[in-house]
Formats: sequence, structure tokens, C-alpha cells
Amino acid sequence: MARKSTVSAITDPALILRATGDSFRKLDPRTLMKNPVIFVTEVVAVVVTLLLVRDIAFGHPVLFTAQIAAWLWFTVLFANFAEAIAEGRGRAQAETLRRTRTETRAKRLLMPGNNELVQGVEAADLHVGDLIRVDANEVIPVDGEIVEGIASVNEAAVTGESAPVIRESGGDRSAVTGGTTVISDWLIVRVTASQGSSFLDRMIALVEGAERQKTPNELALSILLSGMTLIFLIAVVTLWPLASYSGTVLSITVLVALLVTLIPTTIGGLLSAIGIAGMDRLLKFNVMAMSGRAVEAAGDVDTLLLDKTGTITFGNRMASEIIPVPGISEREAADAALLASLADETAEGRSIVALVVEKSGAGGVQRSDQMQFVEFSATTRLSGVDIGPRKLRKGAIDAVLRFARENGGETPDTAAFRAAHERIARSGGTPLGLVENGKLLGVIHLKDVVKPDIKERFAEMRKMGIRTVMVTGDNPVTAAAIASEAGVDDFIAEATPEDKLRYIREEQAKGRLIAMCGDGTNDAPALAQADVGVAMQTGTQAAREAGNMVDLDSDPTKLIEVVEIGKQLLMTRGSLTTFSIANDVAKYFAIIPALFIATYPELSALNVMQLATPQSAILSAVIFNALIIVALIPLALKGVTYRPIGAAAVLRRNLVIYGLGGLIVPFAGIKLVDLIVNALHLA
Amino acid sequence: MTIIGWAQIAAIFALVFVCVKPLGLYMAGVFSNEVTFLSPVIAPVERAFYRLAGVNPAQEEGWRSYTIAMLVFNATGFVFLYVLMRLQGVLPLNPQGFSAVAPDLAFNTAISFVTNTNWQAYGGETTMSHLVQMAGLTVQNFLSAATGIALALVLVRALARSGARTVGNFWVDVTRATLYLLLPFSLVVALAYVATGLPQTLLGSIDVTTLEGAKQTLALGPVASQEAIKQLGTNGGGFFNVNAAHPFENATAISNMISIWAMLVISAALPITFGRMVGDDRQGWGLLAAMLVILIAGVGFAYWAEANGNPLLTALGVDQIAGNMEGKEVRFGTAMSALYAAVTTGLSCGAVNSMHDSFTPLGGLVPLVLIQLGEVLPGGVGSGLYGMLVFAIVAVFIAGLMVGRTPEYLGKKIEAREMKLAMLALLILPFAILGFSAIAVMLPKALESLANSGPHGLSEILYAYSSATGNNGSAFAGLSANTPWYNMTLGIAMLLGRFAYVVPVMAMAGALAGKVRGTASEGTFPTHTVLFVALLVGTILIVAGLEFFPAVALGPIVEHFQMLAGKTF
Repeated sequence: MARKSTVSAITDPALILRATGDSFRKLDPRTLMKNPVIFVTEVVAVVVTLLLVRDIAFGHPVLFTAQIAAWLWFTVLFANFAEAIAEGRGRAQAETLRRTRTETRAKRLLMPGNNELVQGVEAADLHVGDLIRVDANEVIPVDGEIVEGIASVNEAAVTGESAPVIRESGGDRSAVTGGTTVISDWLIVRVTASQGSSFLDRMIALVEGAERQKTPNELALSILLSGMTLIFLIAVVTLWPLASYSGTVLSITVLVALLVTLIPTTIGGLLSAIGIAGMDRLLKFNVMAMSGRAVEAAGDVDTLLLDKTGTITFGNRMASEIIPVPGISEREAADAALLASLADETAEGRSIVALVVEKSGAGGVQRSDQMQFVEFSATTRLSGVDIGPRKLRKGAIDAVLRFARENGGETPDTAAFRAAHERIARSGGTPLGLVENGKLLGVIHLKDVVKPDIKERFAEMRKMGIRTVMVTGDNPVTAAAIASEAGVDDFIAEATPEDKLRYIREEQAKGRLIAMCGDGTNDAPALAQADVGVAMQTGTQAAREAGNMVDLDSDPTKLIEVVEIGKQLLMTRGSLTTFSIANDVAKYFAIIPALFIATYPELSALNVMQLATPQSAILSAVIFNALIIVALIPLALKGVTYRPIGAAAVLRRNLVIYGLGGLIVPFAGIKLVDLIVNALHLA
Repeated sequence: MTIIGWAQIAAIFALVFVCVKPLGLYMAGVFSNEVTFLSPVIAPVERAFYRLAGVNPAQEEGWRSYTIAMLVFNATGFVFLYVLMRLQGVLPLNPQGFSAVAPDLAFNTAISFVTNTNWQAYGGETTMSHLVQMAGLTVQNFLSAATGIALALVLVRALARSGARTVGNFWVDVTRATLYLLLPFSLVVALAYVATGLPQTLLGSIDVTTLEGAKQTLALGPVASQEAIKQLGTNGGGFFNVNAAHPFENATAISNMISIWAMLVISAALPITFGRMVGDDRQGWGLLAAMLVILIAGVGFAYWAEANGNPLLTALGVDQIAGNMEGKEVRFGTAMSALYAAVTTGLSCGAVNSMHDSFTPLGGLVPLVLIQLGEVLPGGVGSGLYGMLVFAIVAVFIAGLMVGRTPEYLGKKIEAREMKLAMLALLILPFAILGFSAIAVMLPKALESLANSGPHGLSEILYAYSSATGNNGSAFAGLSANTPWYNMTLGIAMLLGRFAYVVPVMAMAGALAGKVRGTASEGTFPTHTVLFVALLVGTILIVAGLEFFPAVALGPIVEHFQMLAGKTF
């Protein structure tokens, strides 16, 4: 994918420079207010700075206060930096997109029905419902629906894929996107979106994070973090009178230091970066989520509705065996099948040729002038070849039987023939009859080929508690056979769009979240109903409007990865929250003895880290608290490792790493900072 | 510590453990309005009550009208109790002829008994008439306990149901809790107490001549009956001033055992009721395990601290082989005193059989911390369960994301609204405990009530506000709390601890009830495993415990280190 290479690494100097600038811009309290934990940090940083100014004015010693003030500001800046760097990566992508969006002129039809009479207008002047004509080598100015014509379109601007795709009126490939280019032929397009609200515009806005709102879970988490901030505020504010009762007068600076180390600044500072990075990961995967809410929902999905064709099986059925009826040798049947398929350019026909050649060689069969090929038609539902008096045909069973009756009157050995095609149907395959004049020769077994490794993928999904449901238009027998081969949990056979919608509603009523992908207009209601609806970029406008994600590669298999990325986002958020809260234990052991050691020297027993002096202890805790944000930025952007090992195992693993780690790491970290602080004589 | 001491502790826990399942399932039946073995006797009485009150037992209500009913019911109880105390001088059943209770004390006591706190700023046998004790205090002992159970049921039903608009009927829940649970069990326990020698009489007091020939007045009264519901309902308000240390309230080792068993059993069984009602017994056992892990650790720690005694006394040549026996009854010893202290505070009961003030600093730290952890170990009847469920929801929220799904508890998504209400509830404890303590230590008037200065004095104030806000009711002693300042502020703390906590919890229950309950899968966060129990314990210690660490460090912790250093106050 072309776009992948445009994503900058977080070590990119230009990106870092820009993010550094942004971190200062984000100090504006109006924007910072959205992040209560960091906002509180900024407020107390201001307070300590004012105290510093007072101390300087009165000529008090300032080394300690100055350092605390500086590190408080760093804490805020580091949090801003994390967000800025996550946004910066998206912005680089948006600029790539914007470059492809050029100011274009459009040719508006003056009279519907007359495709030649056009008027040149600015794209900006187009209204929804206008008809425009786009010719070869012209950029399609706005999003629209093709009403007439067929053309190959280069959609690289949107998808990053340079191979042109066919777009035509009617059917599921009738949507065109503004900014893409017609390569050949012409199109009449009805405008469906005005400029500024087109797909490309929305995409740029999304990537830039301009439309970013807190997702429901982010909102709930912010409430938890604000609540904890409030609890610690109470603890710290009341500590002043309690300490003064005990004969210790605490300075505001040390109380502020205690507060800032206790409130969850780590997760507070990284929360929005995690969310942005999650959307970003999806985009790198060429899937565009219309909202952060959709990414979150992807992590929660309980049931995946997967279209059989293209997702579970390869798009086309392939010949897997040729069964001759008694009296016909394998060679005879194979030759007949080969002859009947020589001119058949469909994937099925080619697979028959390939099967015969691979198994027994082409023999003496070659194209010759005497051969008169009969193409498939919807009325006969047969295709084949006439070689003199020999009329070889292949096709659906009933069509072949009819052909045999018409040509020979008798139908020899129907019992064996029926046994063969019924066995194939039962196994989920499609039987194709083979007939020469009035004589049945055998049955070709066309098989849906399940993609390799798909069964393992489904097993992984199951471990994560996700049910996979195959949706297919096949009859129940065929569907059941493929379902068991692919290892899906359930299937919907002979599915109509209404069936899909009904299934989704039923599952949702049981409290399950559903993900599906689709491209056709008739998929739109189901896409809209599903909790995660991934529309294919090649799909219709209606489908793309209905879904909450768009897959630019139009690869339905990606639904699985989308779910994994959603899970990874939530895991990262949870792990860093747990880590952040577990950190508090060590900070207490650093600061509390330091605060009261003058009054109660006995409390030095709590100084388990053996920090050098009370001042260095407090300073070290504050420095550690600020630096841990920076240290965790890469993890926040990259996300924690996702492994499909089941919720219980994932929890055990993450709880050990981030819960237990969160308890232990700060003890070592604060001690280390303390050693450095003392080596440099900073306190 | 001795093997006998530990054996006694183990025996009582074993006794509770045996009863937990049958009692839990019995309660699940009672509160699912099923027919129980007591129904033939009680159902007619129950129906009569409903007819009398004009309640349609089949009609359930939403969380709002349920909560309003609860508030109105409790407000009425408060007014009735207050008036009763103010008028006791002119009312009958007052053999000792006590005059009206002072307004601030009556206010404090009425709130105290309505909120299931049973903080007693007075000496029962020298202040309250029999009428107040029986028709006022004992009645509230039943009703406040029944209210607690009813409130817990709301949250349980909210989690059990899917897309529900109603959470039960307050009048039915209170009536059934009283009639099917508290009354019959109290009857049995009261008889057991009488068998161990507790008095049950309407006589006020008798004068006796002691062996030395001196005259002594022995206060008497309907002790056994009040004692039974005091323990079963985790009320803790004693008949006598010294509570269960008094031989008439707690005569023997056997009555002591019954007391501990009785105060633990309903609260420990309620998680099982919860598990059954949500359709997964393991969920209940998980919660109970988390409760007991912290409680047993607290018991062990307190027993260790008390058995070790005070090194300063050892240095003076005092025999401390029996441990720190100051303020303890010889018939109980350190093991049963430490157990009683930990259980009564883990439970929000507040009955005491020894003076917590006289514990060693670390021994006294245990009851203080157990209260500050939110009274969920296993907490007061009902209040412990809903408190624990709030913690479970917070724990699931913090760590639940780690499995890659938005947090859910029992298939219910935990979203912004639930989190807001849970945090609102959790804020109450630090707000009231630390806030009032901080004001008290700045007021010379409030400091006059202290018997000790220095860290021990701080512990006494912290303990008083913790006990009131946690609706525990036990006193650290050493603080003369019957002053207008303490009567008023402790009264407000009790109100906040009960109602300001439970109203958000009820709103949360309302929000949860309406959600569709998803089915569990391999991908959902397991809330019944050992891992979850560990997580829950960690969450309680960090989220609820850490905020009190600075204050506690200035109280019992520094006192401990100073004791080791040989300092006294």
C-alpha cells in the first residue's frame, strides 16, 4: 500500500520538532481543560511557579522550589507531547491526502438525457442531485453515483492502490469518490455530496483528528481519573491540618508534589495519544474508522458475520475431481471435460482444464478448426463444443439431463449418475454434468476452496470469545459442509439481506455486539444495524454511508484484523491505567516519610528505598512521575502485544506485567533518580 | 500467639463457613419471593402487614421510587426515635426514671440507629429507658438492618436482570427481611444467649450485697433480645456502656463465639445469595473470598500485634506472656479480642468486647483501616454487599480493559454513568473522614475531648469519624464524644456515610438494571477466578486504602515506631 510508507516513525526529527512546538501550544488552559488530570497539574504548576517568584523576590533559597516547578511543567509538556506526536503522525497522512485533492472544474449536464450538452462549472458550485459528465483523464470532482456509463477509474488517491478498478452504473460498483481519476471511457454521475463533505474531506478530517471526540470508554475512564484526582485532592488538602496538629508545617510546594505524584498523570497524559494511535493503526491497515467509537466497538465484538465468498473461501469454485459413470473410463471422461472446457474462460472452466492437465496431461486434445465452441447462455445453462457429430456439453445437472433427453431419447444409467451428483451436493460441492449427445459421461465436482489457515484464525477468534458466522446464498446442505470445513460456529444459508438484518437484531437482543462487512446497497441496512459495519471501498455509496468503517482495500478478511486492532487499543488503555494506579504505592513510600521526618524521625523506617534526603526523595518522585510519561509514549503509540490466548490468560499476563510491574518499577525508578539527583547535588 | 488462640479463630470461621451456603440460598429464596420452610407460619402475618399498609406485594418499582420509599421510611424512623428520646421522661417503662435525652445527643443517637451505625455517645444503662431501648433502638436495629439488605437486593437484581425497569418493592423487601430472616434468627440467638447467662428481664436494676458486704447496683434489662439483633443486624449498639465487654452482654467464651458468629453470618452469606440470584454461584464465592482474605489478614495482624504485647511494659518487668491485656477481658484473651475487633470493624458492626484504644498501635491500626477500606469485609448486612459490588465494578473497570473489551460486570457494560455514580459514592468516605478530622484537629474545642495528645490523639479523632462515616459505631474510646460538636458532626458523618453513599449506588443500580445482559464467553473478563479475587483485593487496598495512608501514618504508624523507640505520651 502506498500510504504505509508515508507514516513517519516517531523518531522522525521533523515530527518531534513539530510535536515539541505543539506541546507548548497545548498549554492553553482552554484546551487542556478537556483533560482534568493534566489540567490540575498545570494549575498546581502555576501555583508553585508563583511561589518560586515570591521566594526569589524575598531572597529565599530557591533550588528546590525551582526544580519542582520545572518538573511540574515538564509533566504537563510531556503529556502534551504524547498527544502532539500521535496527532502529528495523522497530520502527515492528511497532507498526503490533501495533495491529491485539487481544485477541479466540472461539466454539468444542462438537460438530463442529453449527455453532450454540458456547462463548465467550478466543482464548488455543484449541488447534490446535479448530473455531471466525466471523461477519460479527468478527475471526478465530487462523490457521486454513476447513472450511466462504464469506466476504469484510478482510485489511488483514496486507496493507495494504483491498479484501476471498473465502475459502472447499476449494481454494487456504482459509487465514485471525489479525487479519483477516470482512466478510460466516460461516466454520467449524480452528485451525492457537496464539496467539503465528500469522502476525501471526511477522511482528511478524521486523519487529522479534527473531528475527534472522546469515545464512550474514554469518557468513562476520564471520570474515573477525575474521581481519583478528587480523592487525592481531599487527602492532600486535609493533610495540612493533620500535619500541623502533629507539629509539622508543610509547605505548599511539597503538598503539590505529593498531589501530582498521586493523581494518575501517567494514564491521564497518555489517554488521548492511545486513542489516536489506535485509529492510526487501523489506517495503516487501510481501514478508515469513521469514529473512535467504532474502533472501541470492534474490540467488544462478540459475533463476526462473514460472507462466505472471498472471506472464507476463494472467490471461485474449482474443479476437484471428475467422476465417470460406469462404462466410461476416467480417461474418456477427462478428455470430454477438457474438450468441453477448452474455450471456457470462466474461472470454473479454467480450473477444469487445469485439473485434467495436472492429473493426466492434455493427452492428444488440442484446439482445432473443426471444433465449434458453444458458449454458456442463461437459457440453456450449458457450454461445450461440437466436433462434427459429437456434441459435448457440461452444465447444471438438470440442464445436462434435458440435453441428453433431447439428443438421445434415452438416459443410460441415471442411478449411478444420480448417486455421484448427490454425493457431491451433500459434501457441499457443486456437481456439473458431462454429456455427449444422449449419453451421460460423468460428473465434475466443483468445490468451494476454503482458504488455507482460515480455520486456525477462527480457532483464535474462538479463544477470544468471538463467534464466527458464515453468511452464504448456498443451500443449507452446501453451507453446512463448508461451515464445518472452515470451522465457523454458525452459518446462515440462503441468506437474503433481510436474513442478515434479522440475525443481527436477534444477536443484539441477547446483548451481543456484531461486526460485519458488506458492499452492496442491499447490505446497507445490516451495515447500519451492526455495531461494527465495514463497508468496502468498492461498494455502493449507500453501503459506504451505512457502515462505520471503510476498508480501502475492499478485503473482507480484514474484519478479523479490525477486531484485533480494537482489542489492542482497549488493552493498551487498560494496561496503562493499571500501571498508573499501581505506581502510587511506591510514591507514598518515597514522600510520606520525607514529609514528616523532621517531626517524627521514627518514620524513617518507612523510607524503604533509603532515599538520601527528604528533598531528594520528593524531587525524585516528581521527576520519575514526569519521565515515566515519556518512557511510555512508544508503548502508547505502538500498543501492547496482542495474543489470542483467551481473556483469562490475557488478564493474567497483563496483570503481572502492568499491575505487578506498576507496583515494583517505581521503587527501582525513584531510587535510581534519587541516586542521580544526589550525584549531581541537585537536592 | 498460641495454637489455642488460632484454633479458636479457625473454629469460628469454620462455623460461619458451614452456615454461609444454606443461609445464602435461603435468603435467595426469601428475596425471590419463593415459598420457604417458614412460609406456613409467616406468610399470613406477611399478608396482613401488606393489607394493613395498603401495599401490593406484586407491584415492583423503579430505582427512584424504591429509593424515595427508603428515604421516607428512614426519615420517619429518625423522627419517631428522636421524639421518643426527647419524651422518655414522661413515657412509661422507665423504671430508673431517666429524664429527656439532650437534643444534640438525641439527634446523634437517632441518626446513629437509623443508619445502622449505633455509635453511642451515651452509656445505655444510665441514659435510656426500657421503652427507648425496646420500642426505639431495638426496632431500628431491625429496620436499619432490613433496609441495608433491601438496598443490596436492588443492586443484585439490577445485575441479575436484563433490560429491566423495576428493581423490586421496598416494602416487600424490608418486610420479608424482617419477618423471614431477622426476627426468627434473633429469636434463636436470643435464646442461646439466655442459655449462656445473659439477662432478659424488664426489671431496671437490682441491689445486691457483695461478698465483701458492700452494696452494689446491678443494671439489668431485656439484654439478650437486644444483643441478638445487635449482632445479627451488624448494629453493634450495646445495652451497656462497655458493650460486649460487659459480662451481662457477653458472659462466657461461648456467648463470645455466638456473638462473632452472629455478626458475621448474614453478611458473609449475602454474597452467596447474590451469586444465586445472578445465576452463577461462583461469582458469590469470589466476592466472599476477597472479603475474607483481607479480614483474615486483619485478624492475623491484630492478633500478632496484641500477642506480642507492649515492649515498653515488658521493659518495666510486666509479665506479657498473655500479650497486651490492657483493656481486654481475661475470659476472652488476645486471640478472641483481636478477632472480635477485626470482625466488628470489617463488618460495620461496631460491637466491642475490648477497648480498641488500649490496643497496641498496630493492633489498633487494624480496626481503623478495616473501617476505612469501606466496610465491605464483609461489611454491614446489605451495605457490605453493595459496597463490595461497587468495588468489583471499579476493579473491573480499571483492569477489565486489559482483556481487550470495554469493561463489563456480569455481562453489563460499565460506562460513563456507572463510573460517575461509583466515584461519587467512593468520594464520600475520604470526604467525611478526612474532612471532619481535619477540621476537628484545628478546633481547640474539639481537641478538649481528647484523652491523649500526639499521634494517639489523632488516632482517636480519625477513628471516631471513620467509625461514624463507615456506619460502624465502635468507639476507640479516649474521646469524650458527647459534646455538641461531636454529636452534630458525627451525626452528619453517619448520614453522609449511609445515604450520600447509597443514593448514587441506587442510581447506578437503576442504570445497570436497564442494560441488556450479555452472555459470557472466552473473551469476557472472568470475575470468579482467584486472579479476580487478587485484583479486587488490590483495588480495595489501593483505591480505598491509599488515600488514608498519610493520615494513618501520622496516627497509629508513627505511634508504633515511637513505641519501639521508647516514646510515650
